[in-house]
Amino acid sequence: MLAARPKLAVYKFASCDGCQLTLLDCEDELLAIADHIEIADFREASSRVVDGPFDLTLVEGSVTTPEDVPRLHEIRANSRVLVTIGACATAGGIQGLRNFADAEEYRRVVYARPEYIRSLATSTPIQDHVSVDFELRGCPISRAQLLEVISAYLGGRAPNVPRESVCVECKRRGTVCVVVAHGTPCLGPVTQTGCGAVCPSYHRGCYGCFGPQDTPNAPALSAKLLQLGMDPPSLARIYRTFNANAPAFEAAANAARTDPAHSERS
Amino acid sequence: MTDRTISVDYLARVEGEGALRVRIHDRSVDAVELAIFEPPRYFEAFLRGRSYLEAPDITARICGICPVAYQMSACHAMERGLGLSIAPEVRALRRLLYCGEWIESHALHVFLLHLPDFFGVPDAIHLAKGHREVVERGLALKRVGNELMTVLGGREIHPINIRVGGFYRTPAREELHALRPRLANALRLAEETVRLCASLPFPDVENDYEFVSLRHPDEYPMNEGEVVSNRGLRIPPARYDEEFRELQVPYSHALHSVRRGGGSYLVGPLARYALNRDRLGPCAATIVREVGLEPVVRNPFRSVIVRAVEMVYACEEALRIIDGYRPPERPYVEASGALASDDCVAITEAPRGMLYHRYRLDATGTIQEARIVAPTSQNQKRIEEDVRKVVERSIDLETEPLTMACEQAIRNHDPCISCATHFLSLDLVRD
Repeated sequence: MLAARPKLAVYKFASCDGCQLTLLDCEDELLAIADHIEIADFREASSRVVDGPFDLTLVEGSVTTPEDVPRLHEIRANSRVLVTIGACATAGGIQGLRNFADAEEYRRVVYARPEYIRSLATSTPIQDHVSVDFELRGCPISRAQLLEVISAYLGGRAPNVPRESVCVECKRRGTVCVVVAHGTPCLGPVTQTGCGAVCPSYHRGCYGCFGPQDTPNAPALSAKLLQLGMDPPSLARIYRTFNANAPAFEAAANAARTDPAHSERS
Repeated sequence: MTDRTISVDYLARVEGEGALRVRIHDRSVDAVELAIFEPPRYFEAFLRGRSYLEAPDITARICGICPVAYQMSACHAMERGLGLSIAPEVRALRRLLYCGEWIESHALHVFLLHLPDFFGVPDAIHLAKGHREVVERGLALKRVGNELMTVLGGREIHPINIRVGGFYRTPAREELHALRPRLANALRLAEETVRLCASLPFPDVENDYEFVSLRHPDEYPMNEGEVVSNRGLRIPPARYDEEFRELQVPYSHALHSVRRGGGSYLVGPLARYALNRDRLGPCAATIVREVGLEPVVRNPFRSVIVRAVEMVYACEEALRIIDGYRPPERPYVEASGALASDDCVAITEAPRGMLYHRYRLDATGTIQEARIVAPTSQNQKRIEEDVRKVVERSIDLETEPLTMACEQAIRNHDPCISCATHFLSLDLVRD
């Protein structure tokens, strides 16, 4: 038994559970991870809860209820290093689509007795409420990047997580460009890598699950996608999906919905 | 005269956020409330206005544990509504993908969430201290399920290769054959798991469930079949709404499903096995005989054995599909002409039970209305009844062991709370 292992906590807000499942999907590494870091508060995996403060806290999900806000502040106060995991935590997630709609109407559509439901009008990322030490993108996150964050923490160094585009990854893998070769619409040029450029390797265009890369040129890509025959509503929707509230994607979706140049060209 | 409350503020080893309250008054159970406080995400509202082609990827995000189930129900619903017919080779690949998800999800539940209860430990990490080989076996099985999903789907959580009409890219024979040795090993591991689970001590409980599942003429049900029950129900999936309804309760964000004119019912492995055990493959049937598993399992604690049997079946079925695989001529078919349909409906068997999708599309294929009923909302009322029974028969226990017994009664059904919250129906308004 190793003495004084650092403590790990995993918390969930509005989400699908997929990003925290990624930790349990580290089948070859899970028992080794547990040798080096104590799983102190991770309700999906354990009925044992060890008191904080925690050395490393992973937070999945977005803020969508009034109770979430004080709970998140408490988690922050109890965590030395707080890492957000996944598109819900870093950009509000798919449920962030309510930010562009009448959330009250959503509640009435879905529930017969909306007064029983406690829900905010918006879905917001964790960093809108508390300071975040590191963010892992993706819908879902990459297992390799999660292991990198944990290893880097244990090694006392910064995680090595590239912020470059999916295109760079396709070149590295030797995947033929789906836009150039087949005219398939693809968000690869504006999307951060991390998935391993998996969609183009399956003959499909990237749909942006890792959110915007460091220096995205969305206007140039949008013009190209319209030229390939995509209509403006579809263009707006492709940006407005899993990372709809990431600023670069939000702006690109708005431009596709309103820019007259776009509608003329269609 | 005493009042007592059993209360669990945050259920552990289940997927998603839920709490339990049991009120006991003078040795009788006043109320059992499984409160799902997982916040709603309004999928059915924001699916409106999206293309029918987006439904598989968007609904996958309802649940990171069983995304394939959402993708399958969404694809089948759209294909039915649009009259698309799917090549037999594509159909076989979908079944293979579902085998991967069943193996992964059942291994997660059996080894990481459920077995710790039987060994009296808080989690699999503690289980590994005394029984490392058991946990390693579970992780190895889980990994094979994930590998199958990764080859076919591109990745294990929210696979990217699934579309209405088929797949973006279908695998070459060699890609699938490369999985054979690991699947053959997984089959052996799953058989050992059945033996282990069958040897566990179980409390003596029998519940009178109405089991509901799909039933297919030739196969153990995954993607297709009629909806049947052990009380004589037999309907096509399109008639689901005529037989089942959902109710909203004040203490939970998830709806309760009930049979119209009846009460609770149970979906999932216990139901599938009770109604389809004659459709299991030879390996699964043999191990069932070897351990003497009863033909209908009414003890919910014994669901751990049934999940292990279904893992055996998923491994042998995956091997059978791989051996017979020929790549289809085209990876997918596309819809053409007017896309209007109010008949996009399908039920498939998620690891936790039936998953119902229904959509209405306009002529451009834009979703006008969406309705999704997840397995856990169907089981929620029945889970509460199971908890009530546990409390009634153990009412003299101290609060702490009684609380633990209640939590176990919930975990028996592998509830996926993330799923349960997100699908509340338009239909409700009629109440």
